[in-house]
Amino acid sequence: MPVTTINNREIHVNDEGFLTEYDEWDEDLAKVLAQNIGIDLTDEHWKVIRFLRDDFKTQGETPTTRRVQTAGGVPTKEQFELFPKKPAKKMAYIAGLPKPHGCV
Amino acid sequence: MTITETMLVPNFEDEAETGRKIAIICSKGNLDMAYPGLILANAALGEGVETHLFFTFWGFDMITKSRMHDLKFTPVGNTATHMPMGITPFPGVTGMATHQLKKSIADLGVPEVPEFLEQIVGAGGHLWACRLSADMNHLTDADLYEGVEGIISASDFIEKTAGAQLLFI
Repeated sequence: MPVTTINNREIHVNDEGFLTEYDEWDEDLAKVLAQNIGIDLTDEHWKVIRFLRDDFKTQGETPTTRRVQTAGGVPTKEQFELFPKKPAKKMAYIAGLPKPHGCV
Repeated sequence: MTITETMLVPNFEDEAETGRKIAIICSKGNLDMAYPGLILANAALGEGVETHLFFTFWGFDMITKSRMHDLKFTPVGNTATHMPMGITPFPGVTGMATHQLKKSIADLGVPEVPEFLEQIVGAGGHLWACRLSADMNHLTDADLYEGVEGIISASDFIEKTAGAQLLFI
């Protein structure tokens, strides 16, 4: 399992670069991760990121686009606006979570 | 364990740069066959792929306002249901099978067809209706789900999907 250096901390990541340890993430790290993929985090982004973190904790898996809409209250359209092209993966990456596995 | 000097960042730009495009032809009107197209379209959109859905023949029911909420699933002639085929045409069997299928799908958190189409349109997917099917059934734009962008001919479809990966369902 690779270890990469972000913000002078050693972070465990998988081969693609997604964080693998839930507790290694914090909000400062999120800012760096977002910057890495060209996203400036606004309040709207944070709302989604925090939902993802909380939901992962209670459900044990990263929520899908649909769940972010139905349980998180953020419409799909908005998710695509906040995290263009590949919202599910981008949101998961910034939130320090694995890619979602669900189909919808 | 390998230590990387530079940050390992996932690559999120592939699909957008390559201009990948996919067109899914939905030709079936049974509830079970409505899903493969929708699920793949949704997955493609989530990967940033430009996605077009073309509804033709029986698939027209998926986008016809008066029918899209009522698609049914029947085990008749479908040996994959592992039921004795002789009992499948009995009254009530189609209703039961439809009900069970809907429940299985809902249990997985997958939406019903109209809501799914809404999610696909929200994600940037394009819905097109087949001109020939519209003419055959004497239907117009007014009869179709508002997310459908237009009624187009086969040649229009061929033009729109230049360079696209095609899927026929």
